[in-house]
Amino acid sequence: MFVIVVGGGRIGFYLTKELLAEGHELVLMEKDPRSAERIRDDLGAVVVNRDGCEGTHLAEAGANRASIVAAVTGDDADNLVVCQMAKHHFDVPRTIARVNNPRNEALFRHLGVDEIISPTRMVLAAIEQDIPVHELLHLAQLEGGELDLIEAQIAGDSPALGRRPSDIDLPDGCTLFVLIRDDKAQSIRPDTVFAEGDKVIAISRTECETDLRRQLIGAAPMLGA
Amino acid sequence: MRTIIVGCGRVGAGLATQLADDGHEVVILDQSNEAFRRLSPSFPGQALRGDGTDESVLRRAGAEGADWFLALTNGDNRNILAAQLAAKTFSIPHVVCKINDPVRAQAYATLGVNTVDRTMMMIDSIGRFMGRPAMPGATNVTRAVPRPASVADAGHMPNDLAVDRTGGR
Repeated sequence: MFVIVVGGGRIGFYLTKELLAEGHELVLMEKDPRSAERIRDDLGAVVVNRDGCEGTHLAEAGANRASIVAAVTGDDADNLVVCQMAKHHFDVPRTIARVNNPRNEALFRHLGVDEIISPTRMVLAAIEQDIPVHELLHLAQLEGGELDLIEAQIAGDSPALGRRPSDIDLPDGCTLFVLIRDDKAQSIRPDTVFAEGDKVIAISRTECETDLRRQLIGAAPMLGA
Repeated sequence: MRTIIVGCGRVGAGLATQLADDGHEVVILDQSNEAFRRLSPSFPGQALRGDGTDESVLRRAGAEGADWFLALTNGDNRNILAAQLAAKTFSIPHVVCKINDPVRAQAYATLGVNTVDRTMMMIDSIGRFMGRPAMPGATNVTRAVPRPASVADAGHMPNDLAVDRTGGR
């Protein structure tokens, strides 16, 4: 498979190294001449001192026959432009962007980037795993990021405590999916009464999360969302 | 009429002053406070330090409900990101994006972004001063080709752009 990697920082460097080891054909584009030189010393001629945001440079690198273009610079704007040029100008079937600001994820998807890698989101998720209560836990993203699978723990001060599902004013686009009580999963029935320590697994559209949090947890988020 | 300007360079600052004089409610953003020295001392609008490619900063600047959005920083890609945020996330009806690389400018005009390309404008105006014929469209903001759907569903660019698509084979 022919892959173009744009950005020779740490991620780009090790990505290139791994892909080469797996036997892929590859070009790494790094616009800074000194960085490009340093990588060349290590990895050889796969690196070109070219700007992956420039249409002409992408063409030189062979973008029109690339299966994948991965934009992994530290700059969201650069990564977006690389992917859009690759996608819309060179018909590259699969584009991957590193996104540093998690708030850019939805926009990038909307603008046609096929795959979003968000180191910030990953660390955030790892931190959220360690917070026992009072937080919505993101378990997985579904439908290309449109929907989130979420876990909410019902604490003593939860507005949902002692109530049934029909008593909870759920936002549109949000479904309570399953309940975990005493380490056992059970379906949520109309007569289920939420108790302290219950974990509610829900599927929610990303924009409904604030509402869902208010209904199930009540407290303000501990982490800046 | 609320206008958001990202980038307080010479063009951004100059436009901010003029538009404020015309009665626009102007909010101008820049990463550095230094840049705001370019504004006239009597500038009645709001100068906000912040990253114009950051959704939360734009929200704070009043992007929601703004009428015009001008992306005028020195970075083509930053302008492209800011302009698309303005159009897609905030649904600002009139968005102009400065892109100084002619290839990228043309590409994004085709993708539905109103672009202004200083390189082509200067080539055109110097060429005309020297008696060459005007280059069509170069002196104006290139209006985005109207598109029924969003950029993401808009299919591909035409093949007649100034990029050698056979290169690298």
